[in-house]
Amino acid sequence: MTATADAPTGAATSRPAARRRPLAGPRRGARRRGAALGLLAWLVGLLFFLPVAWMVLTSLHSEQDAATNPPSLGASLTWDGYRTFFGADGGASPWPSLINSLTASVCSTLLVLVLALPAAYALSLRPVRKWTDVLFFFLSTKMLPVVAGLLPIYLFAKNVDMLDNIWLLVILYTSMNLPIAVWMMQSFLADIPVAIIEAAQIDGAPLRTILARVVAPVAGPGIAATSLICFIFSWNEMLFARVLTGVRAQTAPVFLTSFITSQGLFLAKVCAASVVISLPVLAAGFAAQDKLVQGLSLGAVK
Amino acid sequence: MTAPTTGPRAPVTPTTVRPSQPPNRLKVWATRAPLLPALVFLIAVTQLPFVATLVISLFDWNSLDPDDRHFTGLSNYRHAAEDEALRESVLTTAVLTATVVLATVVLGLLLALLLDREFRGRGVVRTLLIAPFLVVPVAAALLWKHVLYNPDYGLFNGALTWVAARFGDDSPPQPDWVSDMPLLAVEASLIWQWTPFMMLILLAGLQSRPMDMIEAARIDGAGNWQIFRYLTLPHLRRYLELGVLLGSVYIVQNFDAVFTITAGGLDTANLPYTIYQTFYQAHEYGQASAAGVLVVIGSIIIATFALRVVSSLFTEEASRS
Repeated sequence: MTATADAPTGAATSRPAARRRPLAGPRRGARRRGAALGLLAWLVGLLFFLPVAWMVLTSLHSEQDAATNPPSLGASLTWDGYRTFFGADGGASPWPSLINSLTASVCSTLLVLVLALPAAYALSLRPVRKWTDVLFFFLSTKMLPVVAGLLPIYLFAKNVDMLDNIWLLVILYTSMNLPIAVWMMQSFLADIPVAIIEAAQIDGAPLRTILARVVAPVAGPGIAATSLICFIFSWNEMLFARVLTGVRAQTAPVFLTSFITSQGLFLAKVCAASVVISLPVLAAGFAAQDKLVQGLSLGAVK
Repeated sequence: MTAPTTGPRAPVTPTTVRPSQPPNRLKVWATRAPLLPALVFLIAVTQLPFVATLVISLFDWNSLDPDDRHFTGLSNYRHAAEDEALRESVLTTAVLTATVVLATVVLGLLLALLLDREFRGRGVVRTLLIAPFLVVPVAAALLWKHVLYNPDYGLFNGALTWVAARFGDDSPPQPDWVSDMPLLAVEASLIWQWTPFMMLILLAGLQSRPMDMIEAARIDGAGNWQIFRYLTLPHLRRYLELGVLLGSVYIVQNFDAVFTITAGGLDTANLPYTIYQTFYQAHEYGQASAAGVLVVIGSIIIATFALRVVSSLFTEEASRS
């Protein structure tokens, strides 16, 4: 506070200097406070990360070491939790559910791209009339809670014999992610310099060149980020998966909940399972880090 | 758009306008065509089920007695409105959503302010902070319930034992977190997962501040607090609104945490969980649908505000570029 109090008098005499280095104030107090705040940021960051780190550590402990009080930090590490998760002890193999999750996430993401790209094109590069209304219609469907439509979807699936079928989830996940994808892609495609495309067309550049040289560099990273975010949401989804699948089409999150048993210790197993199932999301999320906000805020924040 | 422009010209040169109309309409449909697959798909998968929910909500329909299905008008709604469990779950949902959204916004703002500064390892801290948001929600809920909250060997009580032992205390308090404070237990896990989301939105807001204005204010002698209060906060208003509304939309619909941590017990059943239970366990299709319609009406109210905020940010972005 003292630092700010003497600022006006200091600035009056040496205004150019202050403008050149506005943040690197000459005051040692400010610098010390900056260091303290940096340290605080580190502490809070580590605190938020602690449960994740603890999950990884527990997954590498034996069941006995995982269930001690106080916790045994330095216990020897083992892959037993992962071995049990992958069915080494005769439990159900996680592979069918992992493959189901992968199928549902990848196929629905591809379907989203196929549907959203042309739609985003018609809303940005060559916009239809009242294109903002259409855009907001897409968004409004995202605001409806999924539980409201759960019952008719369940009854429909039962009637056409689609219960416990992974393709039903593919369709539902596509509709769940389509609004987000249209919004994101619309904002990415809107960044494409139309004038350059037109100039290239006049110069007689082939479409392939235009796509590769102009469109892809601008829209490519955005499309990739959109795909990753759609993948994350589909991979995480549990309500639909729980209600609409049984044995054959069970996805990884549902498998994870069935993993909890009332007898015996299972902490290491559960942690190993959680790590394995979260890994694709962590990888996708960190890859899309820069565009994550834009996707989650439905394109409203750039 | 075509009607007003061709209208005045039509009486003068009717022959030149008419031939250009068919290709014009064709052109309009050509620009609309790419939109249609996505629109048709979305309407079929999200809007039709809702219409079906509306219809089913007017019937007395129990899956255990499917032949006795008949029209009952609004009686399901009366039943839903009088249903104690449903009313309680509305209250629970409101409390849960408000607490989580408020806490995540405040924490997210503080974290965003911390991360908006230059310091060593800022990128690493940002990555550490995003990690909770990227743990699969069910896995996060299981982690909190079994690995952190467990009264016998969870990390929280383990840490209490460890700390107490440093001070020579052999019988530290060992609360049963989930039974003692069930709603708070669910909220804490959600706050942990959603704070990074708020932080990311608010950080984006902070970094879009007009720096020249802040610099000018600083040169004119404005203090840190004054700059925050009169420049940063007004600029952040839209982003705060957006965070609150999107957070509400996502948290109102939360199912995984309630399902996993308390299984809806101990007065923590929120609306999605109650509806899930109604039709999954009680098989009362009509009543479940009526409850679903009520939830939708509630979300439409929130969503209207959310859409308005998104819309204002959207037009602002558009006018800026």
